[in-house]
Amino acid sequence: MSVKITVSALAIAAVSATAAAARDNVQVAGSSTVLPYASIVAEAFGDNTDFPTPVVESGGSSSGLKRFCEGVGENTIDVANASRAIREKEVATCAENGVTDIIEVRIGYDGIVFASQQSGPAFTAFTPTDIFNAIGAKVLKDGQIVDNPHNSWSEFNADLPDAEIAMFIPGTKHGTREVFEEKVLLIGCEETGAMQAMIDGGMSEDDAEDACLDVRQDGKSVDIDGDYTETLARIDANNNGIGVFGLAFYENNTDKLKVATMSGVEPTTASIASGEYPVSRPLFFYVKKAHIGVIPGLKEYAQFFISDDLAGPNGPLANYGLVSDPELAKTQQMVADEKVMGADM
Amino acid sequence: MTDASMDSAPVQGSLTTVDARTRKRNAAEKRFKAYGLVAIMIGLFFLVVLAVSILRSGIPAFTQAEVRVEFTLTQEQFDEAESQMLKTKAYENLFIAALQSQLEERGLEVSFDPAAIERLLGKTGSTIREHFRENPNQIGTPVFFNLAASSRVDGYFKGRVTRDTLVDSRFLEVSDLDLVDALADAGIIVSAFNWNFITGSDSGVDNPGGAGIGVSVIGSFFMMLVVLALSLPIGVATSIYLEEFAPQNWFTDLIEVNISNLAAVPSIVFGILGLAVFIQFMHLPQSAPLVGGLVLTLMTLPTIIISTRASLKAVPPSIREAALGVGASKMQTVFHHVLPLAAPGILTGTIIGLAQALGETAPLLLIGMVGFIARAYPEGVVSGFIDPNSAMPAQIYTWAARADAGFYEKAWGGIIILLIFLLTMNIIAIILRRRFERRW
Repeated sequence: MSVKITVSALAIAAVSATAAAARDNVQVAGSSTVLPYASIVAEAFGDNTDFPTPVVESGGSSSGLKRFCEGVGENTIDVANASRAIREKEVATCAENGVTDIIEVRIGYDGIVFASQQSGPAFTAFTPTDIFNAIGAKVLKDGQIVDNPHNSWSEFNADLPDAEIAMFIPGTKHGTREVFEEKVLLIGCEETGAMQAMIDGGMSEDDAEDACLDVRQDGKSVDIDGDYTETLARIDANNNGIGVFGLAFYENNTDKLKVATMSGVEPTTASIASGEYPVSRPLFFYVKKAHIGVIPGLKEYAQFFISDDLAGPNGPLANYGLVSDPELAKTQQMVADEKVMGADM
Repeated sequence: MTDASMDSAPVQGSLTTVDARTRKRNAAEKRFKAYGLVAIMIGLFFLVVLAVSILRSGIPAFTQAEVRVEFTLTQEQFDEAESQMLKTKAYENLFIAALQSQLEERGLEVSFDPAAIERLLGKTGSTIREHFRENPNQIGTPVFFNLAASSRVDGYFKGRVTRDTLVDSRFLEVSDLDLVDALADAGIIVSAFNWNFITGSDSGVDNPGGAGIGVSVIGSFFMMLVVLALSLPIGVATSIYLEEFAPQNWFTDLIEVNISNLAAVPSIVFGILGLAVFIQFMHLPQSAPLVGGLVLTLMTLPTIIISTRASLKAVPPSIREAALGVGASKMQTVFHHVLPLAAPGILTGTIIGLAQALGETAPLLLIGMVGFIARAYPEGVVSGFIDPNSAMPAQIYTWAARADAGFYEKAWGGIIILLIFLLTMNIIAIILRRRFERRW
């Protein structure tokens, strides 16, 4: 019995000790795309400085930004990782909760690739049109807007294999979904003429745009809410499956996956950096300025992250698959000056 | 009744010869036994499949390809490396240069360049830096290092990476494998038992060779301490009160119904509750085993209460009556006679409740214990409770989501370790029950 009493006494002591002691590690949460890079940086930060290793949680861009905007204080996170820019609505929520000064840090770019089983059908070249015809909810067929009738890729593009359509796309909580919609579905919708046909059919432009982003719900396109490993597992089990991945994930799994070109361009760090490869997006993290100086190591972490040694073209992040930002020097200066969003825009 | 009387026609024949009806009943019994046997066989089959697949995927995590090299660091090199921002990288470069010159001295018959050596090595910098910072007296003298090889080289030793699958990889080239073969022949790269996997901490996504589960085992340990320290006394006190002292009325009925319902509540609900109450309202630290333990306590309490009440009920009333009869008070009866007899059952229930809590991930997701967290061993008991840490199942989940196949293997290895803990706990529960259980 006495052992148990000691243990409970310790637990109580721990509770009271917490109330007094300040948090001494940086707390990060957000995008699962940025997580790998953040964990590389966090490990190096812990190994190379006297600060404790930051805690990096996953959960998706939206959930990270939501937690970021919960308020200022030790029990809120300091940094939100995001694979898309913060939305105005989120900035407003932040402001409501007292998070007014936000530093936006762009760490580099990430390519989104379309890959299939190494031994599967020859999915080697796609265009946005193909993807839209395959998984759009309503497509243009014989001059008419109809519910997507396509079952196989060769039905709308003779160059593609006669294989059943099975796409695994990122779920709506992922920042990747937004890029996928904007740079693939919307463009495909415009290029096939479906969008024009919808507008001609009496839809407003905004409604037509929304309709373009609708994905068919008959099981040919599956939303993956988990990580890329889940997409990989689904493709492993489905010979015809095509998955949407980040470039880094694909490069780590070249033995299982083969990648398709998009509009004729092969996704590589070089083609993404030059802007040639069309489906890429910037990656960000957001820092709460109010926490700088309160949470030890916060500013140092931000500066460490975007230093040339880490985020530069020869750093470990680029080696893992991040496309480094040509304007890194500008971002470094911005973080050094702690310049907040909307300061001089 | 009428059916029975109609069926019980006068019995013909003798007891020694089996008539048709008896044969039918016997056949039905045999069939039933066969169904049972088949059910057990199916269950066993799946158990074997599960065990084999876990072992097959997980065993490789316990070995690691290592590079064994002697390395001398001069004082100037040490000062130079320490003056840089990315110190670990500086050490890594020094090590690569040293390894290259050693290989050249040995006169290996394959051509190689520093980039190839870099591709063979895992992240070596932090190990080297740690070593020389802790043992500054060894600067200038040759030190023997065992450093993890890169994930692809490790995979080559385990058969995960072959020359065929390496075609498109930019992390290791096919020509590098010739160098690996040569180094393996020379005894510089060897496959060894991976102690770091058992004792080490989590590592960055580009460093599967450095990842270990040790720190998250400690995280789980502190969580279980909290669960034990809170749920056992509270659970037992609740059960004793409800079972022995509480009047039978609508209020206690309501409590009973609620406890049974709580036992069936999905664990994620407790996670949300924990986030709202312990972190947002009480301002306890995020990612702390203390909060994890509190959340899991809520989850474990109903299990412990239900099993404790069952074992209290199993103590025969004659014991209570005898105690009361010789003049013991109600409390003396409970603490001197009923509780000791119920103790084995209570302990079993507690251990099973703890084992359940040990394997739980869902509630930890919401209180920040899943991610890149388990980095450093706590410095003391208090820091063990409040410093950010992960837990075993959370660590496994994190590894399973990483891109490098080396981490996938680690996830399976982690499952083996978690299962060993669970099995041990359950075996202890069984032994306790066998040893101390009284039958009446």
